[in-house]
Amino acid sequence: MNNFAEYATGEPVVDTKAPEGPVAERWDKRRFEAKLVNPANRRKHTVIVVGTGLAGGSAGATLAEQGYHVVQFCFQDSPRRAHSIAAQGGINAAKNYRNDGDSIHRLFYDTVKGGDFRARESNVHRLAQISVEIIDQCVAQGVPFAREYGGLLDTRSFGGVQVSRTFYARGQTGQQLLLGAYQALSRQIAAGNVELHARTEMLDLIVVDGRARGIVARDLITGKIDTYFADAVVLASGGYGNVFYLSTNAMNSNATAIWRAHRRGAYFANPCFTQIHPTCIPRTGDHQSKLTLMSESLRNDGRIWVPKAKGDTRPANEIPEDERDYYLERIYPSFGNLVPRDIASRAAKNVCDEGRGVGPGGQGVYLDFADAIRRMGRAKVEEKYGNLFDMYERITAENPYEVPMRIYPAVHYTMGGLWVDYDLQTTIPGLFAIGEANFSDHGANRLGASALMQGLADGYFVLPSTINDYLARTSFTEAVGPEHPVVQEVLAETEDRLNLLLSVDGDRTPDSFHRELGELMWEFCGMARTETGLRKALERIPQIREEFWRRIKVPGTGEEFNQSLEKANRIVDYLELAELMCLDALHRSESCGGHFREESQTADGEAERKDEEFSYAAAWEFTDTGASPVLHKEELTFEYVHPTQRSYA
Amino acid sequence: MKLTLRVWRQKNAGADGAMSTYEVDGISQDMSFLEMLDTLNEELILKGEDPVAFDHDCREGICGACSLVINGDAHGPERTTTCQLHMRSFEDGDTIDVEPWRASAFPVVKDLVVDRSAFDRIIQAGGYITAPTGAAPEAHATPVPKPDADFAFEHAECIGCGACVAACPNGSAMLFTSAKVNHLNVLPQGAPERETRVLDMVGQMDAEGFGGCTLTGECATACPKGIPLPSIAAMNKEWLRANRKAAKR
Repeated sequence: MNNFAEYATGEPVVDTKAPEGPVAERWDKRRFEAKLVNPANRRKHTVIVVGTGLAGGSAGATLAEQGYHVVQFCFQDSPRRAHSIAAQGGINAAKNYRNDGDSIHRLFYDTVKGGDFRARESNVHRLAQISVEIIDQCVAQGVPFAREYGGLLDTRSFGGVQVSRTFYARGQTGQQLLLGAYQALSRQIAAGNVELHARTEMLDLIVVDGRARGIVARDLITGKIDTYFADAVVLASGGYGNVFYLSTNAMNSNATAIWRAHRRGAYFANPCFTQIHPTCIPRTGDHQSKLTLMSESLRNDGRIWVPKAKGDTRPANEIPEDERDYYLERIYPSFGNLVPRDIASRAAKNVCDEGRGVGPGGQGVYLDFADAIRRMGRAKVEEKYGNLFDMYERITAENPYEVPMRIYPAVHYTMGGLWVDYDLQTTIPGLFAIGEANFSDHGANRLGASALMQGLADGYFVLPSTINDYLARTSFTEAVGPEHPVVQEVLAETEDRLNLLLSVDGDRTPDSFHRELGELMWEFCGMARTETGLRKALERIPQIREEFWRRIKVPGTGEEFNQSLEKANRIVDYLELAELMCLDALHRSESCGGHFREESQTADGEAERKDEEFSYAAAWEFTDTGASPVLHKEELTFEYVHPTQRSYA
Repeated sequence: MKLTLRVWRQKNAGADGAMSTYEVDGISQDMSFLEMLDTLNEELILKGEDPVAFDHDCREGICGACSLVINGDAHGPERTTTCQLHMRSFEDGDTIDVEPWRASAFPVVKDLVVDRSAFDRIIQAGGYITAPTGAAPEAHATPVPKPDADFAFEHAECIGCGACVAACPNGSAMLFTSAKVNHLNVLPQGAPERETRVLDMVGQMDAEGFGGCTLTGECATACPKGIPLPSIAAMNKEWLRANRKAAKR
C-alpha cells in the first residue's frame, strides 16, 4: 500500500500580502506601502532571473533599466527562443477601444469566472488593471500588432467572451511580444546591465539562512557546474506540461527550476490544474515527439463529428450524413461547437473511449469544413483559415479542403505552479516566481489570450515594483560565496545526481522512461480523473522511479555537451512532480475548470464544483522524495464575483 | 522506409569532424525529420554510442532552433524549418546527407549544433527601440498606416534560425540584419534611432565575420519565413541615407 496519499494538513496560509480595501485600489495601495530602494543603491544588488520568455525577458529588462545588476539564464542558445514564442492567438487588454462595454472590471470578472472560482481576486484585478499598460508598452517597443486602415490597433473576440479585447499579430502574437521583450533585454545586455548566460541550465537553488541567495547551474556546452549568487532569485522558467511527454510545449521546456525550488522549501500550488486544449493535430504513431496546436478559431466554422457506429473505418467522405454524430451540437444545442476548451476536450475523449474515434489508433475526431465551404465558398474559407489549413496539410499530408481535419485534445498549459503571495514571492524569502511558473491568476482554467497578458504583467510591472520592498527591507551583510558550507553541499548534491545518472549504465533510454510516465499521466491524470485511476498512478510512479535509477542509460560524460544527460536529469524531477500532481488531483474530489473528477459531475455529465469543501488553493510543502507532503490551504474569498455553476447546454 | 544517413560528427569546437554513415529502418512517412533523427539516437544510445547532437525546441517552426543542412540545402528540400519537414519528402532507400550550418561566424559546438550568438550581438548593437518600461504613451497616440504596419510585420517574422547565412555562398547575414532594420525603421516609434540603428547593426555584422552580399538570392530562397530579397536593398538604402546624414553633420 502506498502511503504517499496519506498526507498531513499543516497550518493554513493566512497572509497573502494582498492589501485590504476596495479591490480596485489594492494595487496602488501595495505599491505605495512597498519600500523603495534608492536608485544609487540598486547597482549594489544583484538579481538572478532564470528564463527569458515573456515573464523573464520583460523582468530582466525592466530590473536592469531600474538600475539593478541582473544575471540572467536560459538553456536555449538565445533568449529569443523561449517557448512564449509559439503562442498564436493574442493578448487580452481592457482598452475598450471598440466601445463595446469592456472595462477593467469586466476583464477581472471574466477571468475569475473563467478560472472557475479558484483564483485570488486581488491578483486577478491587478492583472486586468495592468493589461492596458502592457499594450502601450509593447506598441512603444515596435511590436507590429494588427492594425486597421485608419492606422489604429485591430482587436478580435476570443475564447467565447462577448467583447472584442484581444490584440494580435496575425497568428504569431507570442513571437512578436517575445521579440519585443528580447530586444529590450538585448539593449540592457549591450549596456552591461544584464549578464546573460545562454545554454546554461539551473539545476538547484541555494538557500542560506532561510533566504534564496543563488543558484547552481550547468554550462550545457562545457558541462561545467557553477554557482551564482544574488540578493534575490526570480524563477521565470515556465510550466510543467512536459510531465505528460506529449504536449504542445517545446521539447526542452521543463520543471527542474521550480521543482528544485519546491524541494528547497517553496510550496507548490494546485499542481493538478492543467489545461488540455481541444484542437491539436492527433499523434500518428509511437515516434511522435510533440503535438501541434491548431488555433481554436477553427471551431467558429468547423463542425465536429464522429461516426455513429463503433469501429467504422470507412473514409469520412463515404459516411453518409445520417450515420454521423455531431456530438457537440447534439449534447450542447445552444453552444454547439463553441463550448469551452475543457468541455470540448472531454467530449472528444468520451466518444473515442466509446470506440468511435477516427484515424490511427482511434484517437481523433473530425473537424469538418464541408458545410462552411458550401456556405461561404472555398475562397472565403481560404482567406480566413488558409495558413492553418496549410500547416495542417504540411504535418498530415491531408488536404482539409477535401477531407475533414482530424483533431484530438493535448496538454497545453499548466495553471498550477509555485505558490506566490501578492508580491509574487514564494514561501522562500527572496525567491520570486513569475509567468506560467507560478500559480497565481488563472485558477482552475485559463482563458484564451490570457497567458501572454499574465507573463508580461508579472515581468514588466508587478515584480519590478514588489521586489524593491524585499530588497529594501532585508539586510545583506553576510556575503554568500562559493566557500559557504551550504553552497558546497548543494553543489555536491547536484554533481552526485548527475554522476549517478551517468554511472547506472542500464538498458533503457531517457526517452523510454519519459514516454512511459507521460502515458501513465495522460491515462490517469489527464482529461478525466477517478479515485481508482489516481491511486493506480500513485502506486505505479514510485515503481517507474525505482526502475529508472536501476536501468537508465546515459551515454557520454558530464564534462561535455550531452543532451541525453540534460533529458535524464529533467526526468528525475518529472518522476517526483507527477506524484504530487496525482495526489493533488486525488485530494481535490471536486471537478473544477480543467480538473474533472468523474465522481463529481451533475446529472447531465457536467463538472460539479464543491465550494464548501474546496474553495481554496492547495499549497504543498515538500518533505522527502516519495514521502507524503504537507498540505497548506489558502482559503479563497469572493467579495466581487460570486461563484455560480457553469452551464453551456 | 529504410534510409542511409551520412551525418557530420564532430566532438567539440576544437576537434576535427567527419561524415559518418548510419542505416535507419522502419521510418514512417509521417515522421518529421527530427523524429527520424530521434529514432537513430535511441538506437545509438542502446548501442552505447554517442547520439547525434542537434538543436531543436518548439518543433512547430517558430523558435528558430533547428538548423540542419540536408542534402546541401538549409532546412532541406521544402521551404520550411527542419522540424516541419516530414519524411514523406524522401523515398525509401534514399541516402541523405545531414550537416550543420556552415559559416565562419557560426562555429560548430558539437555535431550539428552551431553557435549563433553573433545574431544576438547584432540585435544588441541596435535591433531595438529604446522604450523603458513605464515610459510608453497611450497606444493609440501614434497611428501607424496599415501598409507600414504590414511591412514591419513581414520583416518581424524572422525567426533568427540562420538559414540565410547557411545558404549564402559568402556566409552573409544581410537578410537577417535587414529584416530587423526594416521592421523597426519603418515604424514612427523607431524613427529617433533610425540612423544609429542601421549603422551600428551593420558595423556589428561586419565585426562578427559574416561575408559580404553579392546578391545571389540564396538567402531569401532558403528563408522558411519568406523574408523577401528586396529587404536587403531597403537596408542598403537606409545605410546610405544614414551615412550621408552623418557626413553632413
